[in-house]
Amino acid sequence: MGKKRHNIWLILAALVVAIPFIPLVLWAFAGEWRFPELLPTEFSLRGWEQIISGGNRVPEAVLNSLIIGVAATAASVAVGLPAGMAIGGYEFRFKGAVIFLILLPILVPPLASTMGIHLTFIRLGLSDTVFGVFLVHLIPTVPYTAIILTSVFADMTGEMEEAARSLGASPWQAFRHVTLPQAVPGIAVAALFAFLVSWSQYILTVLIGGGSVITLPMLLFSAASGSDPVITSVLAILFALPALVVLVVALRFLRGGGDESGMIGLGKPS
Amino acid sequence: MGGRLKISLLLAPAVLVIGTLFVGGLYAALVQSLGYFPAIGQTEMSLSAYREVFSSGNFIDSLILTIYIAVASTVISTTLAVLGALALRRSSGTVSAVVFQIPITIPHLVAAVGIALVVSQTGLGARLASAFGMVGEPSDFPALLYDKYSIGIILTYVWKEVPFVALVVLAGLRGVASELEEVAQTLGANAWQRFWHVIFPVIAPGVVAASLIVFAFTFGAFEVPYLLGQDYPTILPVTAYNEYRSIELSDRPAAMAINIIIAVITALFAAAYLRLSRGLGRG
Repeated sequence: MGKKRHNIWLILAALVVAIPFIPLVLWAFAGEWRFPELLPTEFSLRGWEQIISGGNRVPEAVLNSLIIGVAATAASVAVGLPAGMAIGGYEFRFKGAVIFLILLPILVPPLASTMGIHLTFIRLGLSDTVFGVFLVHLIPTVPYTAIILTSVFADMTGEMEEAARSLGASPWQAFRHVTLPQAVPGIAVAALFAFLVSWSQYILTVLIGGGSVITLPMLLFSAASGSDPVITSVLAILFALPALVVLVVALRFLRGGGDESGMIGLGKPS
Repeated sequence: MGGRLKISLLLAPAVLVIGTLFVGGLYAALVQSLGYFPAIGQTEMSLSAYREVFSSGNFIDSLILTIYIAVASTVISTTLAVLGALALRRSSGTVSAVVFQIPITIPHLVAAVGIALVVSQTGLGARLASAFGMVGEPSDFPALLYDKYSIGIILTYVWKEVPFVALVVLAGLRGVASELEEVAQTLGANAWQRFWHVIFPVIAPGVVAASLIVFAFTFGAFEVPYLLGQDYPTILPVTAYNEYRSIELSDRPAAMAINIIIAVITALFAAAYLRLSRGLGRG
């Protein structure tokens, strides 16, 4: 009986989580849905046909979002991996200061520094370019990656690496064949979340891209400020897809970890 | 042994990226907030932008709205998260992990659009109310978007952040709290005593740390209030952005001053969070 009661709470929580998706899915396939009808009176694929057909900027926006996201992810892992190894694996002076520095861009909105750096970017010819947008996306993605990887390396004891070293492996061999493979699931999760953080950026792209670099959230934003819920919902679903893919993959990676506590490091609002 | 050198080399790329783009950007914002714009022949520094900002009613209204949204979102999210975690702690870990992880992963913009389609005057909520005969016209339904009380914004934040806080609470509950609680139960403590004297002290530091993050985030975030907020007053980041976009170059220092104020306030929360979480780590 107790079990059943807990399931009721779980179903209730799932319902609340589902609420915003209900109108999104219904509108995305709605043909006609006048007030006060509870459900669309006609269904159609108009919204989907519209974004697939030519004459709009959706393909360009998706491509830009993907390019910037993948590049920001690769750079963040390349930069965040060594930082995570250092902070997670070693004790050193000023460690608290380094953690604070890395944590700051997560809690201090990156909008402030992006506005500040905008003039310099204009002078260097980086504004209105995909490369410039990629650079400012690193402000939020690098800290996320470094923090997640810090917890990955903090959980490793280093015993395996020591064993490999005592058996004659060079530091590089020990890293390459022992430490790195152990860290792969954590690195994958960090990469997925770096991608999501970049994919979700709106205002940084608007500021530095200056309207020349169009990404998916920008199209969603202008649709949402307009009056066509069908297109808005289609774009919103398209925009949410990578998050759902990441969720499935991340859960698979973390299944070995047992309960969900291992996911807390990922839990920061993005 | 080159341990120190190795650590420095490992940290160098991240410190360089964050130092250049983030710290450098904040420094540039600070300099510009002091009125230093060599490009337009302004090289004299002054605090006049700050004086102007602090004396304008616009800024004060904006600050009050920002604090209101951040406090309301944080208090509601934290309360619901603790209650939710207590209700859910014995249900399946995997299922609740999936349920909780969805709002955390979904971009804020998607959540905002979805919530807007639920609470708008022609939204799902209004349609349901109409089905029950509670409203006739869309305008009978209360305006929850672009409204004075920022209901749509707060609802979006609550939907997004409750699971985040709840996961932190659940981790605490699944750990030491459940064992302690059993002991307390054997010793005859009632439900309220068990919560107040056993569970709450264990989860409190995690709850405070998580709510600091939620507060700092909702204080400085841009997208949701920009989409669902009223035209005036706007939250601080939106106010800064509007000043920045103004054609008048003379508005730039004010925009940067607001940015610096946001950065200082959120940095204080980051410092508090760090202190607290390091204390947690030491146990």
